[in-house]
Amino acid sequence: MSKFGKKSSTSQEIPTAALPDIIFMLLFFFMVTTVMREVELMVQQNLPKAIQLQKIERKSLVSYIYIGEPKKKELFGAEPKIQVNDVFVEAKDIVRFVNQEKDKLDEVLRDQITMSLKVDIDTKMGIVTDVQQELREANARKLLYSSRQIAENL
Amino acid sequence: MARKKNRPTTEVNSGSMADIAFLLLIFFLVTTTIANDKGIAMLLPPKPDPNEPPPEVTKNDRNIFKILANSQDRLLVEDEPLQDVTELKDMVKEFVINFGNPDEDDIAVYNSFPSTLKSFVNSRGKRPDSSDGPGEAVVSFKADRGTSYELYIQILDQVNGAYNEIYAERADIEVDEWRLLDRKKPENKELYTKARKGIPRAISIAEPNKIGG
Repeated sequence: MSKFGKKSSTSQEIPTAALPDIIFMLLFFFMVTTVMREVELMVQQNLPKAIQLQKIERKSLVSYIYIGEPKKKELFGAEPKIQVNDVFVEAKDIVRFVNQEKDKLDEVLRDQITMSLKVDIDTKMGIVTDVQQELREANARKLLYSSRQIAENL
Repeated sequence: MARKKNRPTTEVNSGSMADIAFLLLIFFLVTTTIANDKGIAMLLPPKPDPNEPPPEVTKNDRNIFKILANSQDRLLVEDEPLQDVTELKDMVKEFVINFGNPDEDDIAVYNSFPSTLKSFVNSRGKRPDSSDGPGEAVVSFKADRGTSYELYIQILDQVNGAYNEIYAERADIEVDEWRLLDRKKPENKELYTKARKGIPRAISIAEPNKIGG
């Protein structure tokens, strides 16, 4: 029995007991601020840039229409197409789509439905005008041309 | 009769808690997006009624600000070619608050203007060949089927910008604040209606030609 016992090995360890807490906080942040991406985009979406943008008033009353060139050109061709809820549609199917979306809403709110048009910057106005005419027929007149924000005075 | 020692308390190994948390976090990072849908708002004209004939346009030419875009993305504004789209906003603003021949409502609108707007009208407005007043002024935009969507948005952006500037100046706030005005709050709603009174956002999108293919 030596007088001097074992040299106590002092090692400084950073307490990592709080690590799960930090991770959980980050997790809850993401759970709260994000939405599940439900629709797989099959068309190119290079949105235009504009200054005079307005926010959507009620997210629950918005339906999305995507227009652009298909991503898989070998399968679908290079002409711009209209995508709605994971499928390609023709302009004449838009009325049916609008009625489907309206049925999901409350009776009183049906007139306030807003159609958000996410159109690729390279498309020509022909297909967009067809969609607009069909939307007029379907009485979904509130539109939002989705764009990215830029500042004024560039 | 062996006395049992206290069982050593079993501790759940919580070292893997962090791993579980990481996995969940990565799952959410991958499958979700931060929604940020913003855009230019527009109200389409109502459905064309097949029984009624197309409405007669009885407006005087000077009350219509014509913007035409062809399939080559060239602009014709009030029958004159325009090279730079960004000039459009000031042109539309001058047109809307021209007060060339104002009626009673228009005079009331003019009187409600702050002095900056009044001096704008006096210096750049009151032209007899431009609009009679904001109650009558209509901006008409006609594109071709071959016009690019980018130009369409730029033109809409400029025209909306002109109206937003007029409204914002009338409400005595910055244009950025005007755009972000939350109309759900009652005091904002009042400000909003006051600023827009007498100046309707009359943007008419005409049905496009098919000339340029």
